[in-house]
Order: sequence, then C-alpha cells, then structure tokens
Amino acid sequence: MELVLSWLKEYVEVDIPLPELAHALTMLGLEVEDIRLIGLPKPQDTKGYPFHGLEWDREKFVVAQIDEVMPHPNADRLVLCRLNDGREELTVLTGAPNLYDYKGIGPLAKPIKVAYAREGAQLYDGHQPGFVLTTLKRMKIRGVDSFSMVCSEKELGISEEHEGVILFDDDAPTGMPLVDYIGDAVISVSILPNMTRCASMIGLAREVAAVLDKPLRMPELTLPAGVGKASEQVKIEIRNPDLNPRFTAGLIREVEPRPSPYMIQLRLKLSGMRPINSVVDATNYVMLEAGEPLHAFDYDVLVQRAGGKTPTIITRTAEPGEKLTTLDDVERNLKDFTVLVADTAGSLSIAGVMGGQESEVRPETRNVLLEGASWNFINIRKSLQYLRINSEAGYRFSRGVHPALAEIGVRLCLLRMAAWSGGQIVDGLVDAYPQPYQDPLVAVSPADVTRQLGVQLTAEQIAAYLRRLQFECEVKDGQVFAKSPAHRMDIGEGVIGKADVIEEVARLYGYDNIPALIIASELPPQRPNPVEERLQFFQDTLVSLGLQEVINYRFTNPDQENRIYPPEAKPENQNYVELQNPIAVEKRILRRSLLASLLDTMERNVRLRDRLTLFEIGPVFLPDDSRQLPDQPYRLAIAMSGLRHPRAWDRKSSEKLDFYDLKGVVDALLSALHLEDVKFEPDAHPTFHPGKCARLIVSGEPAGWLGELHPQVMEQYDFSDSPVLAADLDMELLYQLSPKSFHAAQITAFPPVIEDLAMIAPEAVASAEIVNLIRKAGGFLLKNVELFDIFRGEQIGAGNKSLAYRLTYQAPNRTLTDKEVGKQRERIISQLEKELGIKVRTAA
Amino acid sequence: MSEKSPLVIELETLQQQAQTELAALKSESELQSWKTRYLGRSATVMQIFKRLPEAAPEQRAAIGQFANQVKNTLEAGFNQMMETVRQAQLQQSLKSEQLDVTLPGRVPARGRLHIQTQVLREVCHIFNEMGFQVFRTDEVESDEYNFELLNIPAHHPSRDMWDTFYTTKEGVILRTHTSPGQVRSMRAFNPDPIRVVLPGMCYRYEQMDASHEIQFNQIEVLVVGKDITFANMKGTLVEFAKRMYGKDVRTRIRPGYFPFTEPSAEMDVECFVCGSKGCPVCKGSGWLEILGCGMVHPIVLQNGGYDPEIYSGFAAGMGVERISMLRYHVDDIRRFWENDIRFLEQF
Repeated sequence: MELVLSWLKEYVEVDIPLPELAHALTMLGLEVEDIRLIGLPKPQDTKGYPFHGLEWDREKFVVAQIDEVMPHPNADRLVLCRLNDGREELTVLTGAPNLYDYKGIGPLAKPIKVAYAREGAQLYDGHQPGFVLTTLKRMKIRGVDSFSMVCSEKELGISEEHEGVILFDDDAPTGMPLVDYIGDAVISVSILPNMTRCASMIGLAREVAAVLDKPLRMPELTLPAGVGKASEQVKIEIRNPDLNPRFTAGLIREVEPRPSPYMIQLRLKLSGMRPINSVVDATNYVMLEAGEPLHAFDYDVLVQRAGGKTPTIITRTAEPGEKLTTLDDVERNLKDFTVLVADTAGSLSIAGVMGGQESEVRPETRNVLLEGASWNFINIRKSLQYLRINSEAGYRFSRGVHPALAEIGVRLCLLRMAAWSGGQIVDGLVDAYPQPYQDPLVAVSPADVTRQLGVQLTAEQIAAYLRRLQFECEVKDGQVFAKSPAHRMDIGEGVIGKADVIEEVARLYGYDNIPALIIASELPPQRPNPVEERLQFFQDTLVSLGLQEVINYRFTNPDQENRIYPPEAKPENQNYVELQNPIAVEKRILRRSLLASLLDTMERNVRLRDRLTLFEIGPVFLPDDSRQLPDQPYRLAIAMSGLRHPRAWDRKSSEKLDFYDLKGVVDALLSALHLEDVKFEPDAHPTFHPGKCARLIVSGEPAGWLGELHPQVMEQYDFSDSPVLAADLDMELLYQLSPKSFHAAQITAFPPVIEDLAMIAPEAVASAEIVNLIRKAGGFLLKNVELFDIFRGEQIGAGNKSLAYRLTYQAPNRTLTDKEVGKQRERIISQLEKELGIKVRTAA
Repeated sequence: MSEKSPLVIELETLQQQAQTELAALKSESELQSWKTRYLGRSATVMQIFKRLPEAAPEQRAAIGQFANQVKNTLEAGFNQMMETVRQAQLQQSLKSEQLDVTLPGRVPARGRLHIQTQVLREVCHIFNEMGFQVFRTDEVESDEYNFELLNIPAHHPSRDMWDTFYTTKEGVILRTHTSPGQVRSMRAFNPDPIRVVLPGMCYRYEQMDASHEIQFNQIEVLVVGKDITFANMKGTLVEFAKRMYGKDVRTRIRPGYFPFTEPSAEMDVECFVCGSKGCPVCKGSGWLEILGCGMVHPIVLQNGGYDPEIYSGFAAGMGVERISMLRYHVDDIRRFWENDIRFLEQF
C-alpha cells in the first residue's frame, strides 16, 4: 500500500518528521519498505529508512503560467511559450505535443498552469531511458535560446510519463515553489493480513492518529439534496445474506466522464493506479481513500436489459455452466460458489472481484449506478483462487471489508463524482442490509493484560488506548468492556476477542516499552530424548570416522531413484508419496531410498576429489495405506569411493577403497554401539556386486546392506573407475538394539599368552565360521581372535586359502601356564578338524 | 734448594704434550685413543708410581702427589673436551637433519557435519541451555496439524502466507513450517509446562532462486505455562540473540502477524554485516529480520489441551539457512542441498 503523505494529512495532523513517522508506522505493524520523495528534500537522519527521489530546489522549480503558445520559426514540432514564472515574462521553448492545440491562437483567455524549471535546475533527462540526472544549461535549439524548461512528470521524477508536459488545474498559484504546491512523499507500507483495514488513507490515518494521540478528521459524508428518488429507480434482491450481508446502491445522473483534476490524477498515480476518467477515477480514489471497493454500472444499460422497466439488482451464486466476460475481455467459467451481481437478464459482474464488460462505464455513459457492498471474505478468496484474478477489490474483499464501509464508500464516491464529472446525485441510497454485522463487545481486565504482556496497566489506561483506536469503552467493576469499532472485522469474541484487544493495547503501549524479562515460571520436567541422542550419536560417530555429512533434497522421481537397481531388476509400481503440485516433473515424489540420493551426490562430486567418503542421515517416505501419514523412518546411508589414501607429495599412488574399508566403518559404528550379536551374511541384493555384498544381521534382525555397487548399477551413473562402496542401514533398529549400558572390561596386570594358529581352509568356509568355532572351543580364557594373514597360491592348492589367526589367552587373576593354554589349543585344533575339516598347519 | 727430580721434569713435559694434543682433537674416537695413551694402564703417569723408587726417598711423597695432580688435570681436560666434541657433533647432526617445514602435512581424513547440522545444533544448544528440549515431528504432515489446529482454517486468507506442496492423498501435505510441532508437543505433554525446540526441514512451493528454496530448515521454540508473558518472550529472545550474535547486539521487536500467535511480532537484530551502518544485506535499514514470534493464540492453546484462561505461552520461529547465509556471506541459498564438496569442506 502506497501512503501519499499529502493525502494522509487531510485526515490527521502529522507534526513529526518523516523518518519518525516511518518509525511510528513500522512499530505499529505497518512496516515501511520504501520512501519515495516527490520534490521534498531528503532528511538528514533517515533513521535507517530507505529514502530516495529528486529534490526540487525551491528557487529553480516553480508553478508558472503560459499566456500564449507561439509557433517556432524554424521547427514544426517545437513551440515557443510566452510564460510568466511569477517574477518575469520569458519565452520558453518546448516540444510538448499537448501544447500544439494552443499554437498560434493568440493570447490565452485562461492561462495554462505548468511546472517550470529555471536555468541550473537539476532534473531527470526526459529523453533518456530510465532516470538520468541532468542540469539545465543555456543552449540554442534551432536558433532560439533555451535555458529553462516546462516539465513533464518524468523530468520531475513523478512517473514515467513523458508524452507531454504537466498541465495543472487552473487554480495553481503562479510563482509558488513547486515543492510547496505538489511536493510529497510516498511511503510504501506492507499491510499485514490482519490489518487490511489499513489498506486506505483513512485506515492509515486512523492508526497514525491513534499513535500520535490526535483526532481523526473524517471527510464530509452528507449528500446534498438531490433529484428524484433512488429507491424508485433500482431494486435490490440479495439471495444469500451469508455471502452478501450488505448491498448499498447510489445513483447519479447527467455525469460527463472527463479527465479528473490533475491533483486527483497525481494521487492515483502516486498510489500506483492509472487515471482513466473522472467517473472511474472516483471509484478508485474512494477505494484508496476509505477502503471500500466500489463498482460503477452504466445505469442506462441496466434499464435497457430490464426492458425499460426499473432494474433489479440480484446478488446470487452462479448457475451451473454460467459464464461472464469480465472487463479485461476474458470469458470466465464460473463455479457454483462464485457470487455474482446480476439482474433479471443475467450476470453483470463477479461480486467483489471484477466487473463485467457489458455494463461498464464508457466515455458516453451519462447515468451511473454505484455499488458499495460487503461480501463474505472466505467466499471471495475461493473465487479469486479459482479464477486466478488479482484485483485491488479482490485483495480487500478477500480479507474482509466491514459492511459499514459500503455506505461510507457510496456517499463519498457520489460526492467525488459530482465534483469531478458534473451531474446530479439522486436522492437517497438504496440499502439492502439483511445481516447487520454485530461488532463484538470484549471484556478485558488489567489482570488479563498483565498475564499476557507482563506490564501493569489500570482499566482506565487500557480503555484510553483502545479509545484512541475508536473502540467504544466502558469501565465497570475494574473491567474494560470494549466494543469493536465499525470499520474492522479482525476482533473476535470471548477468549479470542480478548487476545485481539490485548494485541491492540500492546501496539499502542509500544512493543519497545514492554520489558525483557527472563521466564520466572517453573521449568518443565527434563525428559530423556532418545530420538535426538540417536541422531547425534550417528552423526558424531561417522564424522569421527572421517566421513562428510551431506543433506539432500527429499524430492526426486522414480527413474532417478531406480538408478540404484540394474536395468532388469527395476522395481515396478513402487508406492511413493507423490506431490499434487510438484515444482518440476523430476521432483514429483519424495524419496524412498536414502542411498539413491546419496549416490546422486557422490556422482556430482566424484571428479572433484581423489577420495570421497560421505554419509547422510534423514527420513525416507513410505506410504502406509492403513494410516493417514506415511511412515517416515530415519535411515543411514554411507558411500565411499576413490583412493584409500589421497595423493600427496610423498605418496604418488594408493590402493583404491574396497569392501573392507566400508566394512571397517560399519564395524567401528557397531562397536561404538556396543552391539555384540552381529553377523555379516553373504547375500544377494540387486544393487550390489553378488560376490561383494553383505547383509547385516544384528540380534537375528536384518539391519541393512553393504557392498560394492553392481557393475550394471555403476553403468547408470557417471562414476570414475574406482569401485563405489555403499551401505544403507536401519539406524533406528541399530540404536534400539544397542545396550543401554555396558560394563568396562578389567585391565589385568597378568601377562597374556599369545599364540598364532595357521591353517588351510577351503574357500567356501567363511572366516567368520572359523572365528566363531575358535571362540567357542577356546573357552573363557581366550580373550581375542584376530585374523592377521590370508594367502592363496599354488602351494596351498586351488580352491583353498591359508589363514593365520592370532589368539590371545588371559586370566584375570594369574599368569597362565603352558599346560592350561595347551589344553585349549588342542580343543580348538580338534574342533576345527571335526566340525569344519580344517587342518591346522602350525601352532606356536 | 734441591734439584727437580727427573721424574717431575718428565711429568711436566708429559702434561704439556698431552694438553697440546688434546686441544687439537675433533672426534670421540681420537679422544678415546688419547685417553688410552695418556691415562691408560700403561700410560706414563700410571707408570710413575711404580718408578718412585728411582727417586730420592724424601722426594717420593711429593712426586707421588704431583703425579696424581697431573692425572686429575688430564682427566678433567679429557672430560671437558669430550663434552665439547659431543656438543659439536650434536649440533652437526641436528643441522644435517633439518626438514623443510613448509612442506604440507599429512592430514588424516577429517569428517564434518553438514554446515546446516552445525548451525541447527548451535541454535538448539543455546535453547537447551535455557531449559528447552528438542522435539522433532514428521516432515509429511496433515493439513489439520499444519493449518487447521493452528487457527488457519481452509480458505482463510492467511493461508496465502504459505505456498504449500500438496500430496496426492487428501489432507496430507509437506509441512510448511515447524509449527505443527506446537500442537503435537502440547498434546504429548499437557498438562505439564512446556519448553521445546522444534527443528527440522520444511517445504514451500516456490520458484527457486538465490534467495528462495523449496526445502529449508526452520527452528521454532514453544513455551507454555502459567504466567508466561510477552515480557518473558522478549527476555528469552533477547537472551538468545545475545548468545547467538554477540552479547552487545541490539535488538528490536515490532508488530507482525501469524494466525497462531497474538500479539505477534518480528524481531530484528542490528545488521552485523555492516555494523548497522546500512548495506545491501540489510537494505540500508541497519536491521536484519531474524525471527517471527508471538504469544500462543488461545485457539492453539485450546487445541493443545491447555485452558487459555489459565495457561499462556509464546512461540518463535526462524530460518536456519538465513543464519548461515548472513554469517558466512553465502549468496545463494541453493548451495546448501547441492552438496558440492568444495562448499561443504569449508565449514
């Protein structure tokens, strides 16, 4: 909303400098985003508010009058003006087309009032695109001296308009500094959704009056005695008062649409609206002035549609299949909830949104029916959304316009039309108001205010603040009974109304003035927080293992996700959380697989580093038909690729990361979780190389997969030639199975006995089987079994491998004897042979 | 005065010769052979004692004394010289073992949290210290919790504040803010007092550009209890701002609007990019908007199971990526989920 300072001052006295006004507005909730100065000087201290604009030097820019427009001796497209700037008479050269009509007709009976810039004035160059500053200098144009200028709006920084020079109204005072005549400030104010009552000059003035504690000066609303009787010339029928609580109509006859006075056009332009003619301008002007969007119908069209009889305005919802061509020349399909203003012949306009083409005001319109109404804001918003229309009327009506404004708007607009377009107002308004708005009465006590705001106010003080905002207040038994004023609809009933009213008290008391106090109230019980602890545990452990965390978009598409499967193993008809309104086709679903999004990240980065080790923790989205919301478990994905040791100045090459590097990370993670019953089962998963893939089983439960990517999966990505290792783990399960506490092992002073055991085993026997067997046979004295060598070769025989394990025996309370260790060793050797058919080669 | 014994003269000559030789020695091995020569078992000094009978009886004691003195002098000279030579050798070897310390070190693989995890934790940590506990809720939410229970009915104009992603399932959306956690935590904890931090990923249907993301982190705090006031909200948030942005940071709080709080407010801190002088980041105002807040709306308290005539509360929410953008001068919000390793490794 553009606040035009001179306009605001019609309704309230503003006796503070502009930066202070801007601050006052901001602290009321009317955030000032920009301040455009029209001719006014920029303040010294802007208080951080963004001021910009062209200052008009008082000596160099004045109102002047042209007494005669004469042809230029050497140029058809230029004229010479005999001009009086209040000091002297001069001849000024101009090419303004809107002066051509006066050329050569001799001295003007009514001088033309213009904006005149003297030599040395600094203004914008009208001929250059954009706004480029220039200084007026003396020069010769086609043999005629030129040193000053009659200005266009663009040259003065008012608008982009440079077609002609500004022509002021006849009463403009010749010789007055221009800044005194039309100097202004346009303050861009952001209107919060619950403050649409402020989307008008009076609305803003009311707030300013309240904060400055000044009276609000309402414009004259009394209509002069008119001709005829409006109630005999139009009837109103409201079919659904819930959707249309009020409809007020006024009539004006014998108007003549013409250009509005310059000052009116200027205000409309500064407010961001385009002047059209004095009839249409009046409706827009009053909307900006009072906040009531108005609609003007060509009354004669209505009479014609009624077959010459008295027209009846009907407000109703649209019929099935009904269409209407709006004044922007678009044929609109209407919905059964859309409210229309219609007559007996059909629809006229979309209520509160946009007028229809047929009954709009044209230059030849003479008789006007003016509509001021009140509409259900939820309904208007629905229509706006469905029709995808943005209009000033729609903006206001979809946020709620108080029905009292309908009448105020019609009265003001009739007065403005009569003033600017001639014409005579028809006596009386036709006012259908079947559902009068009950302005809420809210009870609020000083205790309520203290409880919410933490400040102490008396009932009288509370009432005084609210009265400044035009609440009608009564103080009774220490309570304030405040009646919401008849221009706002944001105050509710009961506890809601109380909160609404307390907010108003807070705004006027000043958020700045409320103290900042630490909470004194009791601290809530501190609860265990396993979800958060789990998340941080996994993040921190993986970071300590040297991995980089990434966070990906949850948005993806099935093809992208399915790259983790080889072409012939793509899952079909996966059930995804799917978006109704995706931002792009490739972002139309939410991920089911964390691994897929992590591999995408790996792909984008793979050529940037020798070695990449990444992880991501986050939710995946699994629809569950039995519940409303999808299952959203947190998963953990790990991906690694590249060199085991990045290249450096003293290390030219390194082996590549392989399955066991990934497994090492998983091992470390499991050990940090103190999980004991852990198995890595060789198993097949389509994503992974069949021989380099394991399923993690913890306490008998599947807890995820790890492996090297299947070559056919690799082909679908733009990876380098290093293998890519990846894991997808059920971190919620892992954490849940992790013991809540554990006992630290005793550190004993008695020396361990360490023995190596070398054996040849068939390839098919997994190391884990051998280790498990050794552990079982070794008994409680065997503390540790560690593989330290593995060897394959001719001397071992094909299909065999040589394995060497280091066994550590230790007792907590004594030094073990050779005899004790020997007994265990024999058991292990015989069990290996008996159970697995493995021959131990050496034991030492 | 008696004549000098020839033995004494021999000793004197020997001492002089040994000392002259010693002074010229450079290595430990030379020193060792010198020692053998002059102080070894068969060295002249040692042999003198056996030759005492050669001397006159009255001179023997004095000669023996003198021989001891020579021996001690030579030993001391030896020890001193040995120390000197060792020092010289150490210096020599230290000099020869000098590294080019400007060569790069061998950096162990260093893991990092994503920058937004770091900042999210930092904010949560500040609130943890003030007695707030983290409470996480789902990212795919119901319309009911995301809007309706927060006093945002269907078709209400305030819905325009959130551009929403709808799923194909009726009433299921991507949460547009962390605020659904307000009613969820209230329903989980009532009638206990509440102090929670609600962090997490939120979604808005927007055209993506340098300052607009469809996916972003938000952190919200919620306090519910008896006697919780707007002044407490200010106190808590000013304290947060001091811990987050520096203890001398100035703040201001001005009216705002959210359907689920009333009174609602926006909080600004003085621009730390330009020191509140005015810059493009703060659009010349000297202030940066950092969070929205307000007293919990009575309808929301009711929906959470708290009687608004007895309980009150406040909520505040902020964007987490914005914090990083301001602090690290990140000029494009899309950097965060792009996961370019060159970006992530900086933090």
